[in-house]
Amino acid sequence: MSLLTATNAAVQLGGRTVLHGIDFAVDPGEIVTIVGPNGSGKTTFLRLLVGALQAASGTVARKPGLAIGYVPQRLAVDGTMPMTVERFLNLPVRRDRTAITETLALTGLEGMEHRQLTALSGGQFQRALLARALLGRPDLLVLDEPTQGLDQQGEAAFYSLLETVRQDMGCAVLLVSHDLHVVMRASDRVICVNGHICCQGAPTVVSEAPEYRALFGLGSQGALALYRHDHDHAHDHAHDHNHDHDHSHLETSADV
Amino acid sequence: MFDDFIVRAGLAGIGVALAAGPLGCFVVWRRMAYFGDATAHAAILGVALALALSVSPFLGVLAVSLLMAVTVAGLTGRGYGTDTLLGVLAHTGLALGLVAASLVAGAQVDLMAFLIGDILAVGTTDLAIIWGGAALVLALLVWRWRALLTATLNADLAFASGLPPRREEMVLTLALAIVVAVAIKVVGALLITALLIIPAAAARPLARTPEMMAVLAAGIGAIAAISGLVGSYLADTPTGPSIVAAAAALFAIVNIAASLHRRLDRSSPSA
Repeated sequence: MSLLTATNAAVQLGGRTVLHGIDFAVDPGEIVTIVGPNGSGKTTFLRLLVGALQAASGTVARKPGLAIGYVPQRLAVDGTMPMTVERFLNLPVRRDRTAITETLALTGLEGMEHRQLTALSGGQFQRALLARALLGRPDLLVLDEPTQGLDQQGEAAFYSLLETVRQDMGCAVLLVSHDLHVVMRASDRVICVNGHICCQGAPTVVSEAPEYRALFGLGSQGALALYRHDHDHAHDHAHDHNHDHDHSHLETSADV
Repeated sequence: MFDDFIVRAGLAGIGVALAAGPLGCFVVWRRMAYFGDATAHAAILGVALALALSVSPFLGVLAVSLLMAVTVAGLTGRGYGTDTLLGVLAHTGLALGLVAASLVAGAQVDLMAFLIGDILAVGTTDLAIIWGGAALVLALLVWRWRALLTATLNADLAFASGLPPRREEMVLTLALAIVVAVAIKVVGALLITALLIIPAAAARPLARTPEMMAVLAAGIGAIAAISGLVGSYLADTPTGPSIVAAAAALFAIVNIAASLHRRLDRSSPSA
């Protein structure tokens, strides 16, 4: 059985329909990447699936007892609150000390229990968020633009880590990529969202081609891949007009 | 040398400080400073209404503070910034309170005490209310501590952990209303926010965890209450403002010490 299933779901925010006609499911152990232009409803899509938002119509069914590990977008940790990594991992549920040590080691943060959150680098902070989500032994890991603000090497390293985590823990991974075209290579599926699900497919593995090697840098170690959008429909509603144009010129450049 | 009323005043100050310190940490973390101000100012309306209806000012303040919190929550997201809404309600409450008080014969004198506080006039009943209120606030904070911390850190994170952030906001609002209601007699409506914010701010550079900051804030508040009280007794200065001045002095000392410490750290070769 799928971990969660959305059937013809729609979301309204402030009277405006942000998402409509969403049919979507995540199976155990699957890695699904969501891409889409800014303001296309990617975060809303995640929030709908995890239950932070209610569907205005349609349904979202979750497997009974489904444990979701959530990594939010841009968690602004304010310097006003002192917070060590260890204390953060114990929020709001106190975790076993051994589990904490193990998870920190898995996420490459060994020995950082007593660091202040504000003293972590961007990449370390993302890994601390991931560690906190993992401590709940999730069936499904949900990450909203986890590599935003990381350089390409950091992004590739984070994706490799996610792949390791999937292998070790067997959890499904649902993540939003901030880049329309560059996605995690290990994705089983890529979904393009723009008010609805525009297209979906598998990422194109291009790491062998020297041009792409050059484009992605040597540090990415094959963790990144391209996603070729294949939109077989035209957007007839007025507010979406720019969308196809937006994509196509980027696609052309990626197809060179 | 210390009369009974000084002992009562000291106990009142410590009681308020113990609750205001930890609660003030949330005010600092959530950047709610103006919310504290607004609640305190609107409380004057509660005092005036209580005097008019001859009920306990404590109940009047509590009712108006809660009403204000509910109004702010209800009006949020309708095209006004929260600061604007709080400004409208805070000053409306203060102005209406002063107007209403003038209509109640003989209330003007009493009202001054609620604006700047009169800790030396604290009676045994007041003391019971203060310690009861402080205990209630601390119990509320301890009970909801993890949920409050998570919701304060990030609303989405709280939601994903099954903790509705709105509920935790209501808990904090309720706690704030109670602290304002019990503290208004001690430092007055104009200085309550100071007692919430200054000890918490002074505790920040000394703390490594939220718990440590809350405990230190309570301690710093209590020290400020005692030293302010003793200072005002010796120098014959108004007590409420003296307590706040003592807290401000502690804030300054901590920050100067912390910046000296950082400078030493940086200049030492091992750093």
